[in-house]
Amino acid sequence: MSAQLEPIVGRYLRTTWQGRPVRLYFEEAGGGIPLVCLHTAGCDTSQFRHLMTDPAITDRFRVLAFDLPWRGKSPPPVGWQDEEYALTTDSYTEIIRTFCAALELDKPVVMGCSMGGRITLNLAARHGAEFRALIGLEAADHQTPWYDTEWLNRPDVHGGEVCAGLISGLVAPQSPDEARWETLWQYLQSGPGVFKGDLHFYRADSDYRDRTGLIDTAVCPLYLLTGEYDFSCTVEDTTRTGAAIPGAKVTIMRELGHFPMSENPAKFREYILPVLNEIAAAGADG
Amino acid sequence: MLDALPAAVNSRPQLVHRGRFLTVDFRLTVGAVAHDIHIHQGRITDLRIDGGLLRPWRFQIAAAREVWERFWEPMPAPGYHDIFALTKSGHAVLEGDLLPFMSNLRYFKEMIALPRDTTLFSKEGSGG
Repeated sequence: MSAQLEPIVGRYLRTTWQGRPVRLYFEEAGGGIPLVCLHTAGCDTSQFRHLMTDPAITDRFRVLAFDLPWRGKSPPPVGWQDEEYALTTDSYTEIIRTFCAALELDKPVVMGCSMGGRITLNLAARHGAEFRALIGLEAADHQTPWYDTEWLNRPDVHGGEVCAGLISGLVAPQSPDEARWETLWQYLQSGPGVFKGDLHFYRADSDYRDRTGLIDTAVCPLYLLTGEYDFSCTVEDTTRTGAAIPGAKVTIMRELGHFPMSENPAKFREYILPVLNEIAAAGADG
Repeated sequence: MLDALPAAVNSRPQLVHRGRFLTVDFRLTVGAVAHDIHIHQGRITDLRIDGGLLRPWRFQIAAAREVWERFWEPMPAPGYHDIFALTKSGHAVLEGDLLPFMSNLRYFKEMIALPRDTTLFSKEGSGG
């Protein structure tokens, strides 16, 4: 009997982040144009497993995703026990560029979701020439907060339960149960203060209304795709962001929420394949 | 229609189990109608639909009747599908001591979504 092995392979990258040694776990599958996927706040690379097992994508794209330190298989930096984790625009940008440079990825596509989508706007504004294209899922230059992040890490509320309970409604009601509950399981595992530390970036250090004007989509194409059931990054937030960036291509995804790639992979595929086809075709032309 | 809520909750062993550490009084307000609900170890042991006669509650969830009707549609529209979508948009108010709510989020979210099951809840009846 032959083992049923998925094509996803995981490895560890040793590098430095903010001047400190870190061990970054990453997964990859496929070959071709590098496509680096950035997970949502409080989560890890497992959100992208469906893209990595889809031959329509992996036949042309080398799909990679790394766990930010503090979650999944990437441990926090040494000394973490005496500090409070807080991601920033600088530290997030640094680790993405470090990852791409260390693996010698040639003008990768970067696709991020939620906070991973937000940071693609900074990459576009500050480092657009390094990338073949940028894709922001559930992304906007700014969003209105809807809860106090103090709930996420306190001794009298179960951290995993409250993280999953808060975000459960960001999954569209049409999403299939299996994918919904796998998406929520990823949040139920959240380490103490990790979601909150990610949200420091999202809430306090990434109001990009000051820099979307710097984005030149002739240098690096920008795609923004948002699910209609996402009330965190709303359709209005993404539409407003896209309207301020000449050449940005905005797609509103029906029957999807804040976690399109994991909450309903089949539905997300309908929206992301045309984008990836366009990027691949542009590469063939160039 | 919420008079069917105690039976709907109490007949779900997984839901009751999830709330086994929860004993609380809370208020669910539909338009002008207050529903005072007592939960004891995950079971609803009392429901009063009489306008809220100076009863205490730890927290209250309140929205207009039309908002709840949209929330309770079997396949709710975007913005009406989750309690936090409603509070963010201002369509609902969540107030009081939120600790029991936040520490039992899945329990309360599943409870207040039960009326989406039209086999359990009729659109007629008292309390809205």
